[in-house]
Amino acid sequence: MNVVGRSYRIPLPALAAASLVLVTTALAMAFYVVPNDADQGFSQRVFYFHVPIAFTAYACFAGGAWKAFRHLWKRDPNADLESYVAVHQGLIFGSLVLITGSIWAKISWGHWWLWSEDQLVLFLVLFLFYSAYFMLRFSVDPGPQRANLSAVYALFGVVLIPVSFLAIRIAKHFIHPIVFTSNVSSNLPGWMLVTYCVAQAALLVLAYTLYRVELSGKWLDARLRELRAA
Amino acid sequence: MTTAEKYVTAAYCAVFAVVLVYVVLIALKLHRLEREVGELERRRPVEQAAEDERGTVGVG
Repeated sequence: MNVVGRSYRIPLPALAAASLVLVTTALAMAFYVVPNDADQGFSQRVFYFHVPIAFTAYACFAGGAWKAFRHLWKRDPNADLESYVAVHQGLIFGSLVLITGSIWAKISWGHWWLWSEDQLVLFLVLFLFYSAYFMLRFSVDPGPQRANLSAVYALFGVVLIPVSFLAIRIAKHFIHPIVFTSNVSSNLPGWMLVTYCVAQAALLVLAYTLYRVELSGKWLDARLRELRAA
Repeated sequence: MTTAEKYVTAAYCAVFAVVLVYVVLIALKLHRLEREVGELERRRPVEQAAEDERGTVGVG
């Protein structure tokens, strides 16, 4: 295996600075700019990070699946490692979705978790599915077989993303709030929407920055192993 | 501070803590890798010289 890495157009320090600025702006807007929600009050402010984190987790899993597809289709030498790092990022953001969601559920429903709610359980299934990705990956010796098995598994998991996403919309009880619907008048108004968009951009840029940092570490690690083997 | 405010603050603190722990772990790993690269670079001239010496003895 010859791990060379990939060159990127945006330098890492610029990404890190953009993440810091965007996350700080999103936090300031969530706490000081947007008004309290008429229905949920102050607790609705959890959503300015909870929902963007959920979409970021989906994006990471989808990115991991895309890289897995690239590995299987084009035999891109970097794709396996990129898929692994993207899935890892997805799990970190997925754990944040579960933590922030549970805290919000405690405020609004009085429970940390409800097993009767399909949307919560489906996200947990998605999270556990990708957690098992690591068990599979590290149970096989490094090499083409491990890369192929991991890629196939990551590709299968992507099916769960639309299921988890749609579960919130098709759930029978509608306890879990829906932030965006096809009815424009019931969507987030004014500053709430702006704050949400800033937070979403902040979380996506942050995830991409962390992805690049972790990936550079993995490439360095792989290169070191090669040098030692040589 | 109301109960809702406490919980919302806890949610944001949890996000901050998880990201911070992740960044610290990655930073520690990168630091270790840089140290190992440095060690490898320091060791390389010594090993190269030893190999050259062996080669000279073998030929002679």
